[in-house]
Amino acid sequence: MKMSGAEILIESLKKEGVKHIFGYPGGVVLNIFDSLYDNKEVQLILTRHEQGAVHAADGYARASGKVGVALVTSGPGATNTITGIATASMDSIPLIVFSGQVPTMLIGNDAFQEADIVGISRPCTKYNYLIKDVKDLSRIVKEAFYLAREGRPGPVLIDLPKDVTVSKAEFTWPEIDIRSYKPTYEGNKWMITQAAHLIAKSKKAVIVAGGGVILSGGSKDLRELAEYAEVPVTMTLMGLGSFPGTHALSLGMLGMHGTYYANKAVQGADLLIAIGMRFDDRVTGKIDAFAPEAKIIHIDIDPTSIRKNVRVDVPIVGDVKRVLTVLNKVLKEEVKEQWGEVRKAWLRQINEWRQERPMTYTYRDEVIKPQFVVEKIYELTKGDAIISTEVGQNQMWTAQFYKFDKPRTLLTSGGLGTMGYGFPAAIGAQFAHPNKLVIDIAGDGSIQMNIQELATAVINNLPVKVAILNNHYLGMVRQWQELFFNERYSYSHLDVVPDFVKVAEAYGAVGFRATKPSEVEPVLKEAFKIKKTVFMDFIIDWKEKVYPMVPAGAAIDQMMFEEQKEKPEKKLKAVK
Amino acid sequence: MRHTISLLVENKFGVLSRIAGLFSGRGYNIESLSVGETIDPQISVMTIVTSGDDQIIEQITKQLNKLIDVIKVVDMTELDHVEREMVLIKVAPRQEDKAEVLRLTEIFRGRVVDSGQKTYTIEVTGDEKKIEAIVELLKPMGIKEFVRTGKIAIAREGIKK
Ligand SMILES: Cc1ncc(C[n+]2csc(CCOP(=O)(O)OP(=O)(O)O)c2C)c(N)n1
Repeated sequence: MKMSGAEILIESLKKEGVKHIFGYPGGVVLNIFDSLYDNKEVQLILTRHEQGAVHAADGYARASGKVGVALVTSGPGATNTITGIATASMDSIPLIVFSGQVPTMLIGNDAFQEADIVGISRPCTKYNYLIKDVKDLSRIVKEAFYLAREGRPGPVLIDLPKDVTVSKAEFTWPEIDIRSYKPTYEGNKWMITQAAHLIAKSKKAVIVAGGGVILSGGSKDLRELAEYAEVPVTMTLMGLGSFPGTHALSLGMLGMHGTYYANKAVQGADLLIAIGMRFDDRVTGKIDAFAPEAKIIHIDIDPTSIRKNVRVDVPIVGDVKRVLTVLNKVLKEEVKEQWGEVRKAWLRQINEWRQERPMTYTYRDEVIKPQFVVEKIYELTKGDAIISTEVGQNQMWTAQFYKFDKPRTLLTSGGLGTMGYGFPAAIGAQFAHPNKLVIDIAGDGSIQMNIQELATAVINNLPVKVAILNNHYLGMVRQWQELFFNERYSYSHLDVVPDFVKVAEAYGAVGFRATKPSEVEPVLKEAFKIKKTVFMDFIIDWKEKVYPMVPAGAAIDQMMFEEQKEKPEKKLKAVK
Repeated sequence: MRHTISLLVENKFGVLSRIAGLFSGRGYNIESLSVGETIDPQISVMTIVTSGDDQIIEQITKQLNKLIDVIKVVDMTELDHVEREMVLIKVAPRQEDKAEVLRLTEIFRGRVVDSGQKTYTIEVTGDEKKIEAIVELLKPMGIKEFVRTGKIAIAREGIKK
């Protein structure tokens, strides 16, 4: 039986097991929307902005491990997705974005709502397609899911001209074989054996775990390696949750706002075991001064990540989980080295650093410290929640003070650093896990970038919580201006911040406010109890900064700490 | 150092811009690029001349390999290989230089493929050195137009360095 392109599309999505699509309609996708009208298996969630749709699909993907799907119209609908696609691309998140396109006949004519989205999205997608013939549609959808998910995951865009969605063809679900895309999953055994010997011989080893551990589902194997070889683990922002934050061997996050002891350990290490991470500049600081003593083992599925930024002694291209499985086996069965006391001395040294400068802040009775809010959220959820963040100080305080014990519990835009990501991502995550507590920890600047998604949350009865750390500033910008621009607060003061409680209420959500530390816990408790969308407006100490901090371009053990910087208060010179 | 990289790619719409985009997006330089179909019309071969230190060249080949439409990447510079380029040169010599132009063409095993009242168009094929040499020699005679194909390369059989 012949079906229309729109019907073929939906049939293909069903074959891929898609239950939720996040999207927004418009002229050229109306045939697809019409086919969705009485479809029971695939539900479209109408967001209030296409950027929100893509971030929601991304949050859905990160929280569930499945491929997220978004559907938008041509022209402005398509261009609105770019920030979302680039966000997913930088963090290797599997997504499919379907964009409508003007009819094939009109492509290139500057037709109404035409945009060359295949051209525009090329640098920020893993791959993209323009479908010209309805007969290719189902195969391309299948290929796209394969490409998005396999190897190093990433977003794939499919541009669908209107006539393709209308024309008819038989539905087929062919076998696919992409001869030019064959990722390497199994690590080279010889290299793995080399790595095992290096690990066995090292005296001061540190594991640096990144988002790749989470993407490959390798957390259990990572823990096995760390515990068996008695090697401490630090994580990149994207790696948080890949190893339990409460584990004795966890050093927390490293890098620009990492812990003192993680950075000290990396700088003093004789061996770094880098797993599913890519040596981003926020992690390495000054590259020439990074881990000067260490040999480096680098495990990653993407060969281009290896030796891109740092020299590597043992490169292992492969899927993190599979490589770790073999590595653990080789360590236990072939190398069988005894390390005993050597490891203990190193861990003792690290613990001294830990005691010297633990991750702390100064609690005050009269004003809410943002770290206190994050700590309370951790205490009350006991880590059993999905946390998303916006970007800025809120993101760093969350990374520092919430203990992520499980993978896929932190959703944050690490690579692109996209303000406005957290709230729609939390909405997506809530669809993936209807019964989980999902909380966006936000800044008052970032939350305004996709605040319209309140409507999406409310209409779908989503119990998503948003904890706004409200400092009336673009806080991270203000922090840099204070520290590096002589307190010239140029356009970082958000003079008019809306009353977030009223905004929430206006959308039909619930709003709470806390202005004193004593109100924090009651507000959180109440919010977590209510099965509704809740905005919590925490009026925090606007002067609070994220510490420790490595200034841009410095070695990562050149850290600034709170007490060093507290100068007598100058008069505010905010320019608005 | 200069490298000649040979690529087999899917002969699909948009492939060239993916490759060009990779170079421009990451700040690598393309000195020359040539594309053509292979025996299999679904596959094209591209020859790219680029330069950079070892680390950059390693990144370039890895990044090219990572592109979904790229089937195979060979850095010819690591192999014994043959390189060729073709140029078409339109010269407008003075009367007294005409014989010299024809003599040079012969020495370089070129051919005159067109001639007008005042011009000769000469075709020369060879490696880079040869092309540069004839261009140098013809310059004083008055080169009016000059086009080159960009380099193509193929590995020699059997003898690896
Ligand atoms: C879309 C976007 N625009 C600009 C920036 C640059 N930026 C990084 S942090 C920041 C301030 C964020 O302010 P807010 O959301 O209030 O969070 P806070 O730092 O105060 O916690 C800005 C503007 C960005 N990351 N993303």
